[in-house]
Amino acid sequence: MIPSLDFSSLRDARWHQFVVRFILGGAVTLCTGLVAQHWGPVVGGLFLSFPAIFPATVTLIERHETEKKSKAGINCRKRGRKAAALDAAGAVLGGWGMLCFGCAAWLALPRYPTALALTLAGALWLIVSAALWWVRRHRVG
Amino acid sequence: MDLLWRFLLGGAIVSLFAFLGDVVRPKRFAGIFGGAPSVALATLALTAHKSGPLIASLEARSMILSSLGFVLYVYVALRLLATARWPALPVALAGLGSWALVAAGAGLLLQALP
Repeated sequence: MIPSLDFSSLRDARWHQFVVRFILGGAVTLCTGLVAQHWGPVVGGLFLSFPAIFPATVTLIERHETEKKSKAGINCRKRGRKAAALDAAGAVLGGWGMLCFGCAAWLALPRYPTALALTLAGALWLIVSAALWWVRRHRVG
Repeated sequence: MDLLWRFLLGGAIVSLFAFLGDVVRPKRFAGIFGGAPSVALATLALTAHKSGPLIASLEARSMILSSLGFVLYVYVALRLLATARWPALPVALAGLGSWALVAAGAGLLLQALP
């Protein structure tokens, strides 16, 4: 299966979900900056991998899936939790990509212009994460 | 003003990756956006602009080790959610302890480095 975009999932989305994610993302980025200002870049950098929106995302996925099943007359919370687990499985792969992003940014930032260094690091994150997904899909099926 | 920019840029990048995670299929592939370096992109760009690329590079070095904490965190969440015994929110919040533990260990290790 080739990854694709499916905008139909946005029909079930509520505007406050986007606001919550924006505020959480902004707040974590702000706090990371404040920590770096107060304790220095070595400590501040630790927060760059903070799971900012993972708790909100898996909670939303669980709720959506459970509501969808209950509209179909099936009262099953387990399906929602399994769907959240599927998202977490993807996040594990994204996490390995994040580690590669950190390595690339560490090496590239002192050598190249910031925009280029971060673009290279971001591209590496996507390539590593997508490659791990592909390998897992073809190995596990 | 700097703090406001930080908040707005962080919120925008995190929202963009979360939006991609919503619309990309299949679901497991969409999950990789949960591990996107969204906070890192915003923070490193602002740090490099304000304090220089060497300081931003130091932040990225710390991120390498704390990313191991992220991987452990989502793996623990995955194993617990896959059993379907507990709701997602308590699992996701309780699991943050595993990230904090690795990040704290990484912090101590990095502080000991010259």
